Amino acid sequence: MTEDSNHIAKEHQIPSTNEFIKGIWKDNPVFVQVLGMCPVLAVSNTALNALAMGLATAFVLLMSNILVSALRNFIPKQVRIASYILIIATFVTITDYTIQAISVDLHKSLGAFISLIVVNCLILSRAEAFASKNTLGKSILDALGMGLGFTIALFSLGAVREILGNGSFFGLNLFGDNFQEWIVMILPAGGFFTLALWLLLFNLIQSKNN
Amino acid sequence: MSNSAQIAKKSNTKMLRAMVGIGAVCAFLIVLTYESTFSRIQTLRENALQEAIFKVIPGTTTTKSFELKDGSFVELKEKKSDGPILYAGYNDNDELIGFAIPAEGQGYADVIRILYGYEPEKQTIIGMYVLESKETPGLGDKIEKDEKFRQNFTALYVKMNEENSKLINSIVTVKSGTKNNPWEVDGITGATISSRAIGDILDKSANHWLPIIEANSEEF
Repeated sequence: MTEDSNHIAKEHQIPSTNEFIKGIWKDNPVFVQVLGMCPVLAVSNTALNALAMGLATAFVLLMSNILVSALRNFIPKQVRIASYILIIATFVTITDYTIQAISVDLHKSLGAFISLIVVNCLILSRAEAFASKNTLGKSILDALGMGLGFTIALFSLGAVREILGNGSFFGLNLFGDNFQEWIVMILPAGGFFTLALWLLLFNLIQSKNN
Repeated sequence: MSNSAQIAKKSNTKMLRAMVGIGAVCAFLIVLTYESTFSRIQTLRENALQEAIFKVIPGTTTTKSFELKDGSFVELKEKKSDGPILYAGYNDNDELIGFAIPAEGQGYADVIRILYGYEPEKQTIIGMYVLESKETPGLGDKIEKDEKFRQNFTALYVKMNEENSKLINSIVTVKSGTKNNPWEVDGITGATISSRAIGDILDKSANHWLPIIEANSEEF
């Protein structure tokens, strides 16, 4: 048999906990797959925004994975992308209303990016590449892992950018009045810098482990 | 031929069934969420607006809503209304302190909605609060967070001309640190467009509302 099919056969034997762990470490959506860069760069300017955005995305990912996996034998392959988008958009709308109902201020600070979760390629790629081919249990674990990995990544960017760019953490002032904010860190450019540093660190650790 | 046509028809039905089915479930879920969060969202918005009224008219203890109908103000008993609304703030002795006026205009990212307080006796703007904006986080959103910028609106001069038809001096946003006159708004470095937008919104709204308020001043 070819190497490819061997590889696929091996993937199927992996115990289920790996479906969860891989999203956090080996296949981290941000640090390894570099997916969903729009919200990663745009909404990671404060720790709270990053955390809220990460959790909102994880919720949408989980719910869409559940539905896509449950309906995988019902959706004909010609209309699968349209169906996935419909499902994802529904849960994005639900998230949007829920966040509004929780706090007007939070909704204010996340702005247009909640609605933009719908075009986050991470969610569509998990639906297409994983949930549509795997059982419900596996898909749930996959979504939880990927969602958590995405949240952790967003939060690590948000924390660094808020501390350096605003001198605070979750809105708490850290350094007193004399701190000169490093404004570039909360601008889009700072998002790229911080992401690059995290990628560097992540890849260094991974290459050492290998 | 007929066999392949049958297969095609069957797969069409399948597709249609899948799309309509998923569409119906999604529509149901959205309606369900909308209905269950609607009253809570309305309450939160109403609370945010009420809090904002007290912020922009310092010293207020009670408020009343007024609607402009056919050129005169009618007190609103219910919350729902189609016409333009403004809010009057009173102190403990039921004396009028000022008005909270909603206004909106184009900012950098999207429409900015604000509420500002106006004191008719001294003809000054005494407070400004951003109700809704999608300005760039960290830059444009300084219009709501920057303490120095907010100081602009604790006593902004909006004196009207003798006929009470328009402001003597337009409200303008000037470059940061160059404010010389009481009708100027000191801008924010790095948020030029957003801070200018606030000045323009105030100027337009004040020129529109202040003469109307003055002409109907005995109705409050």
